[in-house]
Amino acid sequence: MTTTLDHSAELARAGANVSTRWQAIRFLARRYPLGAFGAFIILIFILTALLAHWISPYDPTLTNARASLAVPGAAHWLGADFMGRDILSRIIGGAQISLAVGIGATVLGLSVGIPIGLASGYFGGWLDLIIQRFIDIMQSLPLLVMALVMAASLGPSLRNTIIAIAIPLVPSIARIVRSNTLALKEMPFVEAARAIGIGETWIAARHVLPNTLAPLIVLATAQFGSAILVEASLSFLGLGVPEPYPSWGRMLSESAAEYMRTAPWLVIFPGVAISLVVFGANLLGDALRDLLDPRLRT
Amino acid sequence: MAEAGQAAVRATRPPVLEIEGLKKHFPIKKGFLRRTHGHVLAVDGVSFTIGEGEALGLVGESGCGKSTVGRAILRLIEPTDGVIRIGGEDIRELSKRELKPFRRQMQIIFQDPYSSLNPRMSAGDIVGEPLSTHGIASGRKREEIVAKLFDRVGLSRAQMANFPHQFSGGQRQRIGIARALALNPKLIICDEPVSALDVSIQAQVINLLMDLQRDLGLSYLFISHNLSVVEHISQRIAVMYLGRIVEYADKTTIFTNPGHPYTEALLSAVPVPDPKIKRSKIVLQGDVPSPVKPPSGCHFHTRCPYAVDRCRSETPLLREIAPRQFVACHLR
Amino acid sequence: MSHSRALQAKPSAAAGGQAKPIDSIAGIAVADPLLTVADLKTYFFTRNGTAKAVDGVSFAIARGETLAIVGESGCGKSMTALSLMRLVADPPGRIVDGEVVLDGVDLLKLPEDEMRAMRGRDISMIFQEPMTSLNPVMTIGRQIGEVLTMHKTMPRDELQKKVVEMLALVRIPEPAQRAKEYPHQLSGGMRQRAMIAMALACSPKVLLADEPTTALDVTIQAQILELIADLQRKLGTAVVLITHDLGVVAEMAQRVIVMYAGRKVEEASAEDLFAGPLHPYTQGLMASIPRLGLMRGESAKTERLQEIPGIVPALYSLPQGCVFAPRCPRADDKCRSEFPPYEEKHSRHWAACWHAGEGKERAHG
Repeated sequence: MTTTLDHSAELARAGANVSTRWQAIRFLARRYPLGAFGAFIILIFILTALLAHWISPYDPTLTNARASLAVPGAAHWLGADFMGRDILSRIIGGAQISLAVGIGATVLGLSVGIPIGLASGYFGGWLDLIIQRFIDIMQSLPLLVMALVMAASLGPSLRNTIIAIAIPLVPSIARIVRSNTLALKEMPFVEAARAIGIGETWIAARHVLPNTLAPLIVLATAQFGSAILVEASLSFLGLGVPEPYPSWGRMLSESAAEYMRTAPWLVIFPGVAISLVVFGANLLGDALRDLLDPRLRT
Repeated sequence: MAEAGQAAVRATRPPVLEIEGLKKHFPIKKGFLRRTHGHVLAVDGVSFTIGEGEALGLVGESGCGKSTVGRAILRLIEPTDGVIRIGGEDIRELSKRELKPFRRQMQIIFQDPYSSLNPRMSAGDIVGEPLSTHGIASGRKREEIVAKLFDRVGLSRAQMANFPHQFSGGQRQRIGIARALALNPKLIICDEPVSALDVSIQAQVINLLMDLQRDLGLSYLFISHNLSVVEHISQRIAVMYLGRIVEYADKTTIFTNPGHPYTEALLSAVPVPDPKIKRSKIVLQGDVPSPVKPPSGCHFHTRCPYAVDRCRSETPLLREIAPRQFVACHLR
Repeated sequence: MSHSRALQAKPSAAAGGQAKPIDSIAGIAVADPLLTVADLKTYFFTRNGTAKAVDGVSFAIARGETLAIVGESGCGKSMTALSLMRLVADPPGRIVDGEVVLDGVDLLKLPEDEMRAMRGRDISMIFQEPMTSLNPVMTIGRQIGEVLTMHKTMPRDELQKKVVEMLALVRIPEPAQRAKEYPHQLSGGMRQRAMIAMALACSPKVLLADEPTTALDVTIQAQILELIADLQRKLGTAVVLITHDLGVVAEMAQRVIVMYAGRKVEEASAEDLFAGPLHPYTQGLMASIPRLGLMRGESAKTERLQEIPGIVPALYSLPQGCVFAPRCPRADDKCRSEFPPYEEKHSRHWAACWHAGEGKERAHG
């Protein structure tokens, strides 16, 4: 399926006079300043993760007894932890883990949730009934608790963390696809497709699914943020990504109890990193929701 | 079958579509176990034929089942009973696959030009999709055919890459017409095709539909509540009330000499755009009854100014009261 | 009296805009106007620019008269009615200029609480979709009672009696029973009757009816139109009927205003307008509707309807000169550069067109 978001159309409706992609981005940035700020944060975050190897001043796993609990300064910009590991380097390294978990869990959640929601909503009947009751059960547990149970039973590893976070994301994705599908399958353009003689599966994939894209993108950005947050929480509880990978959540958990007063930078900087990325993802999601919803676009 | 008499109503030209005793009963489901508690008799035994190049107007008020008839003919909803013959062959019980070739012969145009086009497909793709689905053309060849269809319905070829919301209501309706024409059908079911359009745009679309009929020899089932539009476009007219046809005749007969009291009231209720004409109106009392529990006997007896006892107990059959004029009323 | 007051107030408003001769303001069309609207301008300020939804509209209406405002979607007819009620959503909309003088009081100058007291008591409105205009969780009787108690205090049993009386007046069968029902329990026609009962509960002087029958079936439409005309005779209410249906206009209205793209393009008595429309837009509208000729003894012929080419312009980017010029068969360079003045072309028949009246024979067939 090759459906892309129809940006030129959205822009034309918004009254923008744009001929190049760059002009379009500038127009949107001016119209949605907060969204642009969110996109900027996410972009920096992604670049940091991709370029971690080249920009990090130290090896994030390198211990140095002399630098133990170093105060932020010229040698260690954001200080060092009790094992003398450079905080900045560990935050940069942690960005890789967070990005992997955020994207991995969201993509995995979408690729499982979309077909389930589409089948449930479009074909209905007993299939729908069974899927919905199963989703009810899954949704009765909060995301974090669900992820905790999953992580505990799968054991700590990067791959298992991604799976543990992705599975609890599935119900909300399936729900939103299903509810949109229910409304869309009654639309005259779906009837028109049927009148042409198109098969049901193809109608679901080509005519229904692309129209659920806008709410899905919004949901995906929000879930990207919460996946990162859940990973941090899991790692904080010792169930996330294991050593020696640097993880923002574990950086917090290792230092929160002991060093909060004596070396607050150990807690503050990873905390700021988590907050910023989640904040950025939410800002971007809000702007996308406005941008993709024709009713909110005057 | 009680409707046997109705099957005798034939179009003047060889029929493209014949339906006999068409029924659609929607089950009403209630409660946890979704048990069926009665039925909505949306269409309750409807028969008519449409000849080649002919336009049959199907009129009635909301809830009378006229749109359900259109959808049941295309099997967009499954009819409960009856015969639907396309070019002489009954398609009511064909499987989806067997039905596919018949889809090339009949298409539909919808009321709402906004929701009848997929907002995420370009106008060219919308019009071209039927061609790919039936393996008629693809690639460059498809694009050529689509371009010709755009010319045909009065859209510019340059607009093929545009998306639906970049078009006005009237233009979107033209896209819907081009999509219906793509398969070169014999019959098009027009479901209130101009009701959602502004007055000045309505005329454009009506003219287009009439040009197409003349040039391509199309047949129309023209479903509408607007009697003026139906008068303008169709040759014969069927009037529906609560799931049944109450009168079925040539246009001139219906408008000059209506046979059924409901047709009479319907005609007299249409406001005429001429202040000099002051007609004595027949204003019907009360509302259209619910099709879940239609009145006994003649469905219309609750609102009919002439109703007698017999109307309350006995269902009137469609009878030929004058040559080629069929009316379901005891009093005629 | 109200008339002179309206005219006295005029110069202050006219001073800012282009000075229009007072005679051309619509007050003249009516000898003793109950409601005078002068140079009303309601604009919408959005990110895409300023939309002039109502742009200098003037008219007047006498006691007990029915005035129709006709036009297609987006022509500003509904916005005119909302402006009279001062119910324009602000932001993005704002009444930027004009006067609405009802019985000597300029509604646009009233403080909000006094305006609220006027609504329902002196001027009220009914809408196209009665379902969305009624509160779904309140009984019909309570909603009508609320209108009454808002404007005067009365004991409970008297209120109840008055509510049932109103429902009986709009010919709802079993009114005492129906008063206890909720909107969803009534049919579309019954809901519109309940809306009318609410609007007329305090015997307002002016009733604004915004497409009151558009959502209804034709036999129900006939009932509602008959009811409105009947109540008008009984109560002496002036009715402003907003519609796109020329048939409804011909049946109901004494006088007609035609609007296009936020402006009034023609005004005349219903008879004059239908007998000889002057503005090419009005002519086009009349020629574009199929007319049920068979019923009037015409022979069955299928000729093409006359089309108005093109589409209604976006209010953000109106053409220079006459707004109808891009779609007008008679437009010339003058039309495209200068906006035509609104003038009395024939006795009591106004139009804004450089070529008014040309080719009207063609339009009437």
